Amino acid sequence: MKLDALLPNLGEWLRGTGPESDVVLSTRVRLARNLSGLPFATRAGPQHRSEVVARAKEAIAKATDGHKLEYFDIPSMPTLDRQFLTERQLISRELAGSEGPRGVAFDATETASVMVNEEDHLRLQVLRSGFALDEAWADIDRLDDALEARLNYAFHTQFGYLTACPTNVGTGMRASVMLHLPALGLTKQIEKVFRALQKINLAVRGLHGEGSRAFGDLYQISNHVTLGKSEPKLLSEIREVIVTILQYERQARAALLKERKQAEHDRAARALGTLSSASMITAEETMEHLSAVRLGVHLHLIENVPITAINQLFIHTQSAHLQKLAGHPLGGEERNAARAKYLKAKLRELGARQ
Amino acid sequence: MKCQRCSKQATTHITEVLGDGRYEEAHLCEDCRKKYLIEVSGKPKAAPASEPANGAEPLVAGPVCPNCGLSYTEFRNQGRFGCAHDYDAFKAELLPLLEGIHGELRHVGKVPRRLPQLQSAEVELTALRRDLARLVTEEKYEEAARVRDRIRQLEQGEG
Repeated sequence: MKLDALLPNLGEWLRGTGPESDVVLSTRVRLARNLSGLPFATRAGPQHRSEVVARAKEAIAKATDGHKLEYFDIPSMPTLDRQFLTERQLISRELAGSEGPRGVAFDATETASVMVNEEDHLRLQVLRSGFALDEAWADIDRLDDALEARLNYAFHTQFGYLTACPTNVGTGMRASVMLHLPALGLTKQIEKVFRALQKINLAVRGLHGEGSRAFGDLYQISNHVTLGKSEPKLLSEIREVIVTILQYERQARAALLKERKQAEHDRAARALGTLSSASMITAEETMEHLSAVRLGVHLHLIENVPITAINQLFIHTQSAHLQKLAGHPLGGEERNAARAKYLKAKLRELGARQ
Repeated sequence: MKCQRCSKQATTHITEVLGDGRYEEAHLCEDCRKKYLIEVSGKPKAAPASEPANGAEPLVAGPVCPNCGLSYTEFRNQGRFGCAHDYDAFKAELLPLLEGIHGELRHVGKVPRRLPQLQSAEVELTALRRDLARLVTEEKYEEAARVRDRIRQLEQGEG
């Protein structure tokens, strides 16, 4: 698998076809694991880190859980490719930017990945389209078993899976659900929802975390607690909350349709107009407009724009993707021009119309 | 946006709800977020260890892990453990911290499938490491090498 081959593709998790996909873009579950007998990242020299990589690579190559993972070395990878993998949610910024032997293994559908020598020796991740906590957990549980068959994990009878940071100890599991909540944003109810979330100890952040307001009305909701509750219990707590937020978002969408259909149609149409005719556009503005178009599609105000295409544009209009498409590095203004050109071409291809 | 504690990119935006409609915002990078969460959960303990009174070094660094050499104070400053043994080396200090973060102190989730095997290997490893130290002091190098190989084998999970 060559990285460039991924470029025109879309990770399975972005298909936009999973359960509740009008509101839930994707579900992610990650597990933090460390190998026993080796120091954690802050105390690991190059030799220890190489040892982690060697053991992890062997276990990944022999894992028989159905995912065919291929390993990529990060230090020898160009900066642009690292950013590219970050935009595709396959690696973290920390793994892209840190030092020493490290890497990532993932499968061709970009469903499962294993980061090696991030904050913990191993960070397993499974990404699914739509609201699919149980499926994602079943998937990562199998991958974890397959790796554990060949690796000795650092495990404590009282504290569970030991992690470099005490905020992850126990299950080492972080489950997050990415939501598109434009109607709650428009009707100014989003603050209320998040206040309620903080009370029950769930965290909220944007797609990539930039800006205090999540761009494009995309929010990730995840569990804080990892110790003292079983994985199914943690998942069911998140599920309960997401189901409630789903109801609120749908009620707000219904209210928008009922009370100001014309205005919403206009907003979506103008957003699509800007996306298909601008000659320079920033990533932030693109996300805001894509969000309006996505809502317009779900409210049946806009036709001929498949949701998969919008999901794809959220990812493919980010800077590393544009530079990979161009085949060379681009400055800030060049990127904005390239982004506008790409959007124009894609939307024309789709024959989008209001 | 930059992290308000260092110059890295802020990736986490925390809104602390103080009640009565009052909020406190924090914009932090990944590293500072972890420290923040630990500090918050460490409250209402006295001043954080990173800011000793009068700018003087604290006299007591707390317990030190015999395996990796990390002191408890170093752990509190960087927010990360140095090795798996820290959890036992700092256990007394950790319990209130974990209680603050998770509200619980005992793992009840998944357990590695090979756990019983791992635990018996741990017991054997402890004994072997003791033997190795003894054999080296007694200058019985040939025997020591055999023990060392067995230790490596166990550490790599080849039972």
